[in-house]
Amino acid sequence: MRPAPAAMPEIDVPAAIRGRLAGFVRSLRMNGFPVGLAESRDALAILAEADLARPAALMPSLRTLFASRPSDWERFPEIYAAYWRARRTGMRVTTSGASRTGGLDIRSWPGPQAKPAIEGVPDRVTRTDEAEDHAAESGDEAGSRRAGGSRVESLAHTDFRHLTDPAEIEAAHALAERLARRMRTRLVRRERIARRGRRIDLRRTLARAVEHGGEPIDLVRRRPRAKPLKLVILLDASGSMSVYSATFVRFMHGVLAGFARADAFVFHTRLIQVSQALRERDPVRAAERFALLAQGFGGGTRIGAALETFNRAYASRTLTSRTAVMIVSDGYDTGEPEVLAREMARLRRRARRVIWLNPMLGWRDYAPAARGMRAALPHVDLFAPAHDLASLAALEPELARL
Amino acid sequence: MTAPLDREAIAERLAATGYVPDRDLATALALMQRLGRPLLLEGEAGVGKTEIAKALAEIHGTRLIRLQCWEGLDRAAALYEWNYQRQLLAIKAREGHDAKVVEAEIFSEAYLLERPLLAAIRQETAPVLLIDEIDRADEEFEAFLLELLSDFQVTIPELGTITATSVPHVILTSNATRELSDALRRRCLYHYVDYPAPDREARILLARLPAIDTALATQIARFLAKLRKEDLAKVPGVAESLDFAASLVGLADLREDPDAVRDALIALLKTREDRARLAPQVIARLVEASA
Repeated sequence: MRPAPAAMPEIDVPAAIRGRLAGFVRSLRMNGFPVGLAESRDALAILAEADLARPAALMPSLRTLFASRPSDWERFPEIYAAYWRARRTGMRVTTSGASRTGGLDIRSWPGPQAKPAIEGVPDRVTRTDEAEDHAAESGDEAGSRRAGGSRVESLAHTDFRHLTDPAEIEAAHALAERLARRMRTRLVRRERIARRGRRIDLRRTLARAVEHGGEPIDLVRRRPRAKPLKLVILLDASGSMSVYSATFVRFMHGVLAGFARADAFVFHTRLIQVSQALRERDPVRAAERFALLAQGFGGGTRIGAALETFNRAYASRTLTSRTAVMIVSDGYDTGEPEVLAREMARLRRRARRVIWLNPMLGWRDYAPAARGMRAALPHVDLFAPAHDLASLAALEPELARL
Repeated sequence: MTAPLDREAIAERLAATGYVPDRDLATALALMQRLGRPLLLEGEAGVGKTEIAKALAEIHGTRLIRLQCWEGLDRAAALYEWNYQRQLLAIKAREGHDAKVVEAEIFSEAYLLERPLLAAIRQETAPVLLIDEIDRADEEFEAFLLELLSDFQVTIPELGTITATSVPHVILTSNATRELSDALRRRCLYHYVDYPAPDREARILLARLPAIDTALATQIARFLAKLRKEDLAKVPGVAESLDFAASLVGLADLREDPDAVRDALIALLKTREDRARLAPQVIARLVEASA
């Protein structure tokens, strides 16, 4: 029996096996596993252990070491089998749930494959420089309160459909993201100002008492912090929404970075959780990961079925009495309206508020005539347009009222 | 620290405590000891994550120290706190004494309240530290925990740095109500706990309910596996299936007494919605298919 890892600096593993392990680690990284040096070293340690390196135990051992979330846990055996069996042919091994479904239309997503000319989405976003940053900052202000520079002003009220210039699109996306972050800071400030003491904080009171020679004269009080708001966003990624989805991806990215507790889902014919992908700090990388996850849409939207999945599989974990659910969709549902109405009712019972953002509501002369939209409306607390930045900014007071 | 056990030994000892492990879990537990890393257990509520920690404490013959997480959990509740009431009394009682002496007195061990995390690193023999439902704690607490889990030492300003006398076996559980940080996930080994497969569930029932008929246990396990595939608001876990089986001990076959089965369902289906969805015919069909 070997001692603890701290006491085994030199690990006795043949060079050939080391090489194969390194290859396996590369293949895991290609599949998006966060494998660092520490994990590689521990993997070598496992190979040196008689009982763990046995064929029957090796896969579960490495799985426990390398996987760190349910999705990785599920994919691991497949990647493992593919690598250790296919290594002689030298094939590259990548598996992902999405790529198997095929039929992808990635053009409307700012993913790695997106070319600059297509749908006006820039394939690479350069860091905005100082000057632009300030412009965007004031534009944010314009979106919510007062007028800023003319270019920014026009951006706030331009329907996302009509944006064509790549630079303009990027500016709009950055604005959407900053807007989402700003919503959070405003909400937090409100909570703090409202705080007043009820219980005595003994630790602080005693610290203060030192000044008075040990007499606790100033009583420091505290009150349990108000529970922060939680936001769950469900984004429609069907073909009819594609002109809007890129902007909302950035908006969601901002929300996830700002809100301590937020979750994001995307749906078309299926429902996929994208919170993890969007937690990536860099917006471009987040959008890339998002695009990979959202592949495979193109058929009709089945909003009812997607909500059913949400209610069944995710609602009990993600929804609390202080959760607002935000659905971003044009309401074109190819499923049965009865299903949508039933699932909306279930959702309404569990969440604090249900907000439905419909980009088409901002169009002149639009009336929610789509059957799905009509079925859903009775169960919605707030039905608002979301076709430009000004309409997104108008949401903030609504969210604060939760 | 005792010598690490190998995989087979762990599996055997777990079985001896009445916990029926699957092989992969025994591997994960062996690995956790060997590498000295915490183990993160994730899975649906009711699959027996907490039981694993209890069983691990039992096979090592050590204490189980449990920290239940909740929203707003902070250092004072998790690590240590001074006993302020006693400190105030002591200050009053020693009024007029030299201030330095009083201060040294009230900031000594006697006035320190140990909370689970501090208790865990001050044990003679390495305990099992169970950090239950880490997903309920705030992100700030998660960051603090990471720090503790990497150096196993705690600094108390008035007292100095306390270094672990023994490194505890750390098990974290999560129901995935919130995404955990990548840093925490990377620090930990990982095991996804699923509902037990029918043959394993049957063994669990037999181990926990010695009076139960073997054929009935198998049948109930198969019934549960089918039931969990139905569209339920609250999927029954292992604890529920134990209650269900306990109320049916004495039967030899589920088909023998449909009324008893229907009555026992209150142990499994805990929302009105679920009860309404599973009509008696549906139950009868599931029972028939599990025979």
